[in-house]
Amino acid sequence: MFEKALKGNNYYWMWLAFLGFIIAVGGISYLRQFFYGLAITGMSRDVSWGLYISQFTFLVGVAAGGVMLVLPYYIHNYKAFGRITILGEFLAIAALLMCMMFIMVDLGQPLRALNVMLHPTPHSMLFWDMCVLLGYLFLNILCGWVILTAERKQVAPPKWIYFFVYVSIPFAISIHTVTAMLYCGLPGRHFWLSAIIAPRFLASAFAAGPALIVIMALILKRVANFDAGKEAIDKMVTIIIYAAIANMFFLALEFFVGFYSQIPGHTHTLQYLFSGLDHHGHVYNNLVPFMWAFLILFVIGIALISYPATRKGSDLWLGLGCASIFIAFWLDKGIGFVLGGFVPSPINEITEYYPHLNELLITAGVWAAGFFVLTILYKIAIGVEHEIEA
Amino acid sequence: MDQKRRTFLKVAGISTLAGLGAATGVGRLIGGAESAMAAAEEAQVNASAQNGTGQNAACGDACINRYGMLIDARKFREDPTLGERVVLACHREHNVPNIPIKKDEIKWIWMTHYDNAFPEQANLYRDEVNAQFQLPILCNHCDNPPCVRVCPTQATFRNADGIVMMDYHRCIGCRFCMAGCPYGSRSFNWSDPRPYIDSADMNRDFPTRTRGVVEKCNFCDERIRKGLLPACVEACGDSKAMVFGNLNDPNSEIRQMLKQHHTVQRNPSLGTLPSVFYIV
Amino acid sequence: MYDRGKIIIGLVIFVLLVTIPVWYNRGTTRTAPELVKPTNANSCVLPVEEMRAKHMQLLNTWRDEVVRTSDNSSIVIEGKAYPKSLQLNCMECHTSKVNFCDKCHDYSSVRPYCWDCHIAPVE
Repeated sequence: MFEKALKGNNYYWMWLAFLGFIIAVGGISYLRQFFYGLAITGMSRDVSWGLYISQFTFLVGVAAGGVMLVLPYYIHNYKAFGRITILGEFLAIAALLMCMMFIMVDLGQPLRALNVMLHPTPHSMLFWDMCVLLGYLFLNILCGWVILTAERKQVAPPKWIYFFVYVSIPFAISIHTVTAMLYCGLPGRHFWLSAIIAPRFLASAFAAGPALIVIMALILKRVANFDAGKEAIDKMVTIIIYAAIANMFFLALEFFVGFYSQIPGHTHTLQYLFSGLDHHGHVYNNLVPFMWAFLILFVIGIALISYPATRKGSDLWLGLGCASIFIAFWLDKGIGFVLGGFVPSPINEITEYYPHLNELLITAGVWAAGFFVLTILYKIAIGVEHEIEA
Repeated sequence: MDQKRRTFLKVAGISTLAGLGAATGVGRLIGGAESAMAAAEEAQVNASAQNGTGQNAACGDACINRYGMLIDARKFREDPTLGERVVLACHREHNVPNIPIKKDEIKWIWMTHYDNAFPEQANLYRDEVNAQFQLPILCNHCDNPPCVRVCPTQATFRNADGIVMMDYHRCIGCRFCMAGCPYGSRSFNWSDPRPYIDSADMNRDFPTRTRGVVEKCNFCDERIRKGLLPACVEACGDSKAMVFGNLNDPNSEIRQMLKQHHTVQRNPSLGTLPSVFYIV
Repeated sequence: MYDRGKIIIGLVIFVLLVTIPVWYNRGTTRTAPELVKPTNANSCVLPVEEMRAKHMQLLNTWRDEVVRTSDNSSIVIEGKAYPKSLQLNCMECHTSKVNFCDKCHDYSSVRPYCWDCHIAPVE
């Protein structure tokens, strides 16, 4: 089926060339980092994880979000999702590949990465994260490919594949739960030490992932003559609305616990993120604009995708609404959550994180690589759809 | 043609996966056997070591010894130059680089204010003495170390002396331990440390580190093995500003001192059971 | 078949690429390096053949024993005890990294990372 990715119009090749250019820039930047070390990042002794791990955390959510299509279609037999379930599975593949690339570029000794497998350590959540991420990647490649192949031949998928489809559902939940456990089991990091992190991660994932799929579906409708169907889009938007509101509810609970109990450790990071933290007379607030942008974009996004005229009347407004939600939750989880958790440090010092240019280029390169893979996978999936219709 | 290629891809894909699966399966089995042996050894050690304290019951590892340290902050106030000497002795002994860029700093032991060492002991009306003077902080060599729990490769682990050690050969540089340590005791080699080590002044019997690994205080494991005291303790001379010894031995000097003085540990509420005690 | 020209050119490029090691190193055959034996000892911790083939495994084993299991036992050769250490044992006799380690490693084009951390004797 790969040959479907080799035939496309000029825009397709220009888009791939554009992504390829960013990947090349990111690759060269990575070589610089590889040979010099992580000193050419903004990370520090106090903020020891930066953009890479925060992007990883967010993208695990995007990967898990695909389950919001798989579950209704395969468990509840919700037919409207039939055409786009493959979009969810292929998005998960691309997102997981990005996750793994972000982990690799974050490692100080990437050539030793296999030590995680050579010395398996069940008491480390990172070991389990690797297991579930690899497992979920395998399941999505397998299910996506087998089902698409069957579709192309216009036969029913083989029975055995359903076993893997059903297994992939708890796997989707587990990848984000275990990713949350990387953070919420650490003593001495009050902002992360909260039992609601995993549910909050899942809620924002189930909003951000489907939001990206809706955006993709709307783009494919324009550029690839692929219509996901009004009913499917509408149902996904409903899912996004509920999941997005759940995330905000969980965030509000964090605020309540912090500011009603008034335990300083529980409020410091929230203050740092949303209003600025006063420390020995200096106010530290470099993430405040991002967090307010998150709140504002959430309100704009939820309004656009809830109000009937913008939700059903126009693809542009619907797409902008979904993009707002996606960017809002990227700011929340892909910026604020990880970076904020390191402030203040365990010894009550404050170091703010400013990414290095090289680090930004690598990050852009990984995103571009993900979208490169996604473009090719979607090209194949839609090529098959068109072949059946023809 | 297409059919053949598809079959080939299928077979190739499945056999690759099967191969990978078998390899990891075998790895896990071997790993399992090793840990079973380790468990048996542990049981023996536990049976033979009857000097375990009540606190040590929480220790999952078999620690015959549990080395600890008592730091008398009063002595550091009496002699304001002592802190600097202690830090220098350690950093020279272990070839700790002196990196001027703050974000890339590497430190094993350093002087800090009371409010930084004990942030949970916040006090608006801080006594002048503690507001003014500094005390040394270092890795606590916890009896229940979170860094060991989170490390995905066992690159950081507890040895038989209860010392939380680093295996620099195995560390992949994921920095999970830095996020896990609630005392900020760990440093990462953001770049090659060698340019920041004075080669004329370095300890040629001790390695440096390479870029991309996490490092921290090792309680002078290499000196204890030779029957020497840790470098920082030695730098204190006879002042008893730092006392080092086996916490599992009720007759050790440190246990006697702990009996006689009121001491505190850093953030004990986290259940990490630090092995470094302070008289403030 | 069509596209014959393209396929043949592609194959030629492929063959050239995979045979780079062969034609890039043509005519540079070198003789195996001769090593200078230490003068202060007559035997190593293992016979020469075994050291030649397995010194890396031995160093790995020593490392794991010393670092991870705190096994401090030393090796006794001709009545003298040596610690299990690259820096403090091997290099006591093989005093020159340049004339000992590097000679073979350069010859066989391997770059072990030992000396990223361990400090080589002053030469």
